[in-house]
Amino acid sequence: MNISDPYAGERLKLSPFYPRAEVLNIREAWAAWNGYKFAEYYYDAEYEYFCVRNACATYDICPMQKYEISGADAEAMLNRMVTRDVAKIGLNRVAYCVWCTDEGRMIDDGTIFRLASDKFMLTCGSPCTAWLAKSAFGFDDVTVTDVTDDIAALSFQGPTTCAVLKKLGLEGIETAKPFDIRHFPFHGGTLMVSRTGFTGDLGYELWIEPGLALELWDDLYRAGDDYGIQPFGEAATNMARLEAAFIMPAMEFNEALRTVNFEHDQTPFELSLGWLIDFKKPHFSGRRALLEEKRRGPKYTLTKLDIEGNKPAEGSYIYKDKRCTKEIGYVTSAMWSPAVKANIALAMIETPHIKGSLWAEIYYEKELRQYSRVVRCTRKTKPFWTPDRARATPPPDY
Amino acid sequence: MSNYDAIIIGAGHNGLTNAAYLAKAGLNVVVLEKNDYIGGAAVTREIHEGWKYSSCSYVCSMMRQAIHRDLDLARHGLILVPYLGTVNFGDRDERLFSYHDEEAAHLELKRHSRHDADAMHRFQTDLTRYSQLIRKTLMRTPPDPSSFKPRDIMELLFLARQFWKLGEKEIYEYVRFFTMSAAEYLEDYFENDLIKAAMASPGIIGTALGVYSPGSSYILLHHVMGDVDGSIGAWGLARGGMGAISKAIAGSVAESGGEIRTNAGVEKVLVENRKAVGVVLENGDELRANIVVSNLDAKRTFTKVMDKHDLPDGIYEKASNFKIRGSSGKVNIALSGMPKFTGVPENRYLARGGQGFTGSLETMERAYDCWKHGRWSDDPFVESVIPSAWDPTVAPPGQHWMSNFVQYCPPQLADGPWTPQKRDAFGESVISKIERYSPGFRDLIVHMEVRTPHEIENEVGLTEGNIFQGELTIDQLFFNRPFPGYGQYRMPVRNMYMCGSSTHPGGGVSSVCGANAAREILLDLRRTNTVPEDDFYDE
Repeated sequence: MNISDPYAGERLKLSPFYPRAEVLNIREAWAAWNGYKFAEYYYDAEYEYFCVRNACATYDICPMQKYEISGADAEAMLNRMVTRDVAKIGLNRVAYCVWCTDEGRMIDDGTIFRLASDKFMLTCGSPCTAWLAKSAFGFDDVTVTDVTDDIAALSFQGPTTCAVLKKLGLEGIETAKPFDIRHFPFHGGTLMVSRTGFTGDLGYELWIEPGLALELWDDLYRAGDDYGIQPFGEAATNMARLEAAFIMPAMEFNEALRTVNFEHDQTPFELSLGWLIDFKKPHFSGRRALLEEKRRGPKYTLTKLDIEGNKPAEGSYIYKDKRCTKEIGYVTSAMWSPAVKANIALAMIETPHIKGSLWAEIYYEKELRQYSRVVRCTRKTKPFWTPDRARATPPPDY
Repeated sequence: MSNYDAIIIGAGHNGLTNAAYLAKAGLNVVVLEKNDYIGGAAVTREIHEGWKYSSCSYVCSMMRQAIHRDLDLARHGLILVPYLGTVNFGDRDERLFSYHDEEAAHLELKRHSRHDADAMHRFQTDLTRYSQLIRKTLMRTPPDPSSFKPRDIMELLFLARQFWKLGEKEIYEYVRFFTMSAAEYLEDYFENDLIKAAMASPGIIGTALGVYSPGSSYILLHHVMGDVDGSIGAWGLARGGMGAISKAIAGSVAESGGEIRTNAGVEKVLVENRKAVGVVLENGDELRANIVVSNLDAKRTFTKVMDKHDLPDGIYEKASNFKIRGSSGKVNIALSGMPKFTGVPENRYLARGGQGFTGSLETMERAYDCWKHGRWSDDPFVESVIPSAWDPTVAPPGQHWMSNFVQYCPPQLADGPWTPQKRDAFGESVISKIERYSPGFRDLIVHMEVRTPHEIENEVGLTEGNIFQGELTIDQLFFNRPFPGYGQYRMPVRNMYMCGSSTHPGGGVSSVCGANAAREILLDLRRTNTVPEDDFYDE
């Protein structure tokens, strides 16, 4: 314990990229995530969002939780935990997964990387050590290690990312398909690159040992200088992910293990993630409850909305009629989308009503006075932002 | 001979917007373009390999969200990216940085004048109030003040209501504002000359007026009333250049089954029994249609492609006298690297904004004096942007292109016609101005495209190279645009309409003129309206 700084115990941890991020965080806009000092934004949230949509930008994902799960039973153990069939994840492939309680309520979502036949990496937003230990119960040959602090990672997102990685010398990176993993020698170590991200755009995540973190940052920023590279923070991430209709904890879902009130958590069906549940695979946590829910239908359904006008429907209730007599849901995230030029939102709506007429009651402030409007919502079936380049292999240079 | 419901002359962004809405309403439309490319003055052209210039218009703020959204231009590939700070260069070696962040912007103003830093709040507030009123009229057809039609009376009442909401004092201020010069208006707020000059510069852009000419304050407002995503006064760049806007609208036209023909210049509008019935193309082909919509400026429409004898008395004269003086040139420069400016830190964000070679109010006024005497300015006002600092698609990586908007440059020179030599000499005046603040700039030049009003008129078709299709002075605005009595997009010949910037609300890449005209056409045809109302509902 450092007693020369009496507040040392209360200070946030610094990411291996902090020495570089600090210089560029001109607005001193820091927040926290999992104990790490973490940028809300660096210069301007909307500018950073546009770097993701127009050029390229890096997001420090060191605070994201990372676990190595290895051993002969690793696959079986993960398969018992998550709803997707882990056996189907090929070598050097990544899969987006969710895991639930026995009641089928969602604990968290994350990605599983298959690094060998008996070795995986699981990443997720919140610490998961205790649940992983519970899930490993009864499996003989499985080791779970929290490697969060042993791996530094940057999410590198935007239309020019592939061009920058090519310039960085990552040979053949353009042949990596979405969810592929590649390894490259890097300053005597290994740089792992996955074609993954949380922005709905072309992008990669770069994984490196912390000792080489600054080398990675410097090389990447040098290569990216002519391609508009810029760090981005939580605010821009949240804008991009909403356009891609990706869910966020504490926005779209309340983690089941942190939910006090009955059914104030969600199920994957309610979050429109039914496609992640594989009932054909061996037993997994929540299977029976989810089968039952599949039969009777989810109570709520997460719905994508295009809303009239330009006032974000943050915190709005959704009604069945313009007179607001029948409340049928609530907005979880909302914003004006600069790329799509639409007033977009995700909302939890009682399933029987999703195909009927939908109205949002929007409150907004104008020079200290509150105003409200009731406006029509249109249900969208596809994510708001789906550029072809996000799926193209090889991706375009910009 | 073929038959269409509507022929639109000119594939500029307003013509395309008009076509998009008419096609959406089920009309069989064709857009005729004289050039082999579409876009008019909202165009991206690869004149030098690897560099894509926005040859004419270069930034965007007026584009109405309602239209962008309604025509689904994002799906058709359009993305507008706001740009950040600007640097204004003063005559006495001062630098005024406009930072994107409010706090930083305030501190910078304070460095120049404590007084002006405070006054900026009042200035922005007043300007926002004025813009809010004008913004409400953008996507509405101006009322005819002499008409007793219920619709015109209702519209006049709407305007009166908006006016009264301002309060008595503001009504007087508003009227005064419309008739003042930008420089005089700014006197009331600021003391620092560079701040005044920087704020006054939007008041002369595209206009044959000086900063001290009455009426220039409205033009200032015209340039700050746009927005990017609701941030009023902000400007943005279209990813892929301004042509991306036209391309996206053309995508919408095609999706609704509309036809666009390039290399199809219109020789003449056919009029029979005082009704427009079609056009004759330059190649002699005749196309017939129920209506004809001209996206050409008013002067060109009535004095070039229409027969004087087909027009009611007085229209030809009105069109001939339509004030459409060219005042600006454009110099597009391909650069082998990012230029460095003396006294400007290598701030990556400032570099992603613009440069204003502003000088001072006096320099700007003297620049205007040259124009009056039929010369380009000896010491021009130049507004520059380096789009490639933002947009990875318009120049090779590590290389750049710089857009330079120049005032003043006359359409006719006192010493005889424009020649390539004179054009290059004009370009040289711009390079030497920039080089004064960026030593070594000249060495970075890979290619240049110099456009005087002469080139703009001949290539784009804008009379005298006037970027607004007619000056934005109060005698030519609102229900007076283009002429009194013809402010509702219908022209003196039946079945003939106008949809370009010569109509309300005037110049700028806004798509509003085209959309408003489409609304009127659909009304006359008794078709369901496809044109949205503006989606501001409270600002």
